[in-house]
Amino acid sequence: MSAGPNPPSQVKALNCPGCGAAITLRSLNQAVSVVCEHCHSILDAQDPRLTILQKFHAATDESRPLIPLGARGTIRGTVYEAVGFQRRTIHVDGIPYSWHEYVLFNPYQGFRYLTEYNGHWNDTSTLRALPTVNSNASPPTVTYLGQTYKHFQSAQAATSFVLGEFPWQVRVGETADVSDYVAPPRVISSERTGKEITWSMGEYITGSDIWKAFKLPGAPPERIGVYENQPSPFSSDVTRIWAVCIGFLVLMVLMYIGFDATARNEQVFQGDYRFDPQVRTEPSFVTDVFELKGRTSNLELKTDATVDNSWIYLNYALINQDTGQAYDFGREVSYYHGYDSDGAWTEGKRNDTVVVPSVPPGNYYFRVEPESEIARGPISYTITAKRDVPQASFFGIALLALLIPAALLTWRSMNFEHMRWAESDYAPADSDGSVLGKVVSGILSGGDDD
Amino acid sequence: MTQPTANCPNCGAKIVFRWSSSVQTVCEFCRSILVRTDVDLKKVGQVADLPPNSSPIQIGTEGVYQHQGFVAIGRIIYEYNQGTWNEWHIVRNNGSAWLSDAQDEYAVTFAAPGRKLPAASEVQVGQRFSWDNETYAVSTITQAHYKGVEGELPFQYWDKEDVVFVDLMTSGGKFATIDYSDETPVLYLGEAVEFDALKLQNLRSFEGWS
Repeated sequence: MSAGPNPPSQVKALNCPGCGAAITLRSLNQAVSVVCEHCHSILDAQDPRLTILQKFHAATDESRPLIPLGARGTIRGTVYEAVGFQRRTIHVDGIPYSWHEYVLFNPYQGFRYLTEYNGHWNDTSTLRALPTVNSNASPPTVTYLGQTYKHFQSAQAATSFVLGEFPWQVRVGETADVSDYVAPPRVISSERTGKEITWSMGEYITGSDIWKAFKLPGAPPERIGVYENQPSPFSSDVTRIWAVCIGFLVLMVLMYIGFDATARNEQVFQGDYRFDPQVRTEPSFVTDVFELKGRTSNLELKTDATVDNSWIYLNYALINQDTGQAYDFGREVSYYHGYDSDGAWTEGKRNDTVVVPSVPPGNYYFRVEPESEIARGPISYTITAKRDVPQASFFGIALLALLIPAALLTWRSMNFEHMRWAESDYAPADSDGSVLGKVVSGILSGGDDD
Repeated sequence: MTQPTANCPNCGAKIVFRWSSSVQTVCEFCRSILVRTDVDLKKVGQVADLPPNSSPIQIGTEGVYQHQGFVAIGRIIYEYNQGTWNEWHIVRNNGSAWLSDAQDEYAVTFAAPGRKLPAASEVQVGQRFSWDNETYAVSTITQAHYKGVEGELPFQYWDKEDVVFVDLMTSGGKFATIDYSDETPVLYLGEAVEFDALKLQNLRSFEGWS
């Protein structure tokens, strides 16, 4: 099939009975209504005399179609010609909102529609199977070919402007009850006029894809806001990032179990000491030498002290006897307790643990310099050193590094869903309500099922 | 397929039947509606000009449905408030079926006799009926006008006035029509089909479209 802006289509030479202007029929004999674009008469396209069915008032420049009638473009591999254009309007709290619908035609494949609202486009066709409505669900849903669509909005849509050809009896001012059910990137719409319901399905399509298909000049209109069935740029990423997170988490737990099992966790030194701050001698001393074997690994130093409403501060140095390299650090052990109007209270504890990372093997000793309050009398304390202890904190940091981006992306995704559902019939009534509640209800109702 | 031949009792032109079980045909030359009797052809009516219609299918169009080839050998044209539609009589595996084309929306159906059918006056949109373990819901009730016939049909069908059709759909894409043309309603069961799936050949061509 050939595409081109001015195809030699089978256009019948007809004249508008209202104003005499030339009328072109692009959809062959499939058009039911055709609109004279000069005098805005809606004509019976099935009648060879083109009887006027309705005249409507409109400014000539009102609502020009972005895709000119007669333009041809390829949608899903088939060439379609734009043959009709209508504007439909709903009122929410007295404010009119309008969208545009383009009627596309191919003589073999029939009619297809493009809809546009605020720069958001949908490629729409009528459904040939019946969706199953579950109106007891909250929000109500429809199921179509195994997929569930959530009710988004219902409104009464009025046709407010028409141009070109339509495969039905179009009238300006005619209303239909429309309901949209979404499962991004698709939307199922029902249109009820009288007793009959027509179902259609739209799939989100970008303006730039339409501009490309119809070779339109310039750029499509900017998108405003989040549209009801606009695919979230985050939802698939959120699933993926959490999958990666859980994968790493499992790996980390396994690694931790592995390290825990292989860690030697071996006590290499223990010494009991007593510090009397009232004895005015030099308090610092050095311990016996102990050997650290094997690979470079950590050393855990635990201090237990008999503090009781008192404190002891210990200046430690772990010194390598062979190289003279020293690791300096200070630790405090303090424990206070008592009673007040709220009852018993405690603060601090009687021991302290510190890990010195990456200590190479060799012969080591500690230099210890204790300090405390003179008034408190002597304090006994025990120093215990363990080699190669399992370390959970590294895993904690790695976990955080994984969780922070995942949480951030989830939050952005929830925000997107919140913006989507803020335009629906299920938007929270007051904007000062709990943000968390809104976000949660948004994500619960907005999560996609596939 | 045997192709019995006869002559038009009106103009003498040669009448070739594409399908041996056809009951009615239309003379291509004088447009007489001819019905087969035991001995010869009898003229029962005359086809007026067919309304302008843009079905891409024509007599002789071939296609495939459920892995079996078919050929369109006749049609009935109806008019309703949304234009016209065609019921193409197709022959497949020496049996008769219908390919309907309503504004390029296609469905293949087969006559399904012996099912319990409601009276036309009882049917309402949305009402549900079950045949052959499928639940059908009434989607449209169409007041149609018979506009003409072409080619071969499996029954006598001509000179009708207003007729009522009830269309029904299922959630899985099955399609049914109850035809209230005659006193005894006739049920057709089938399904909606995509144009591409029918692999149609020998289609009508449209100027500017290829």
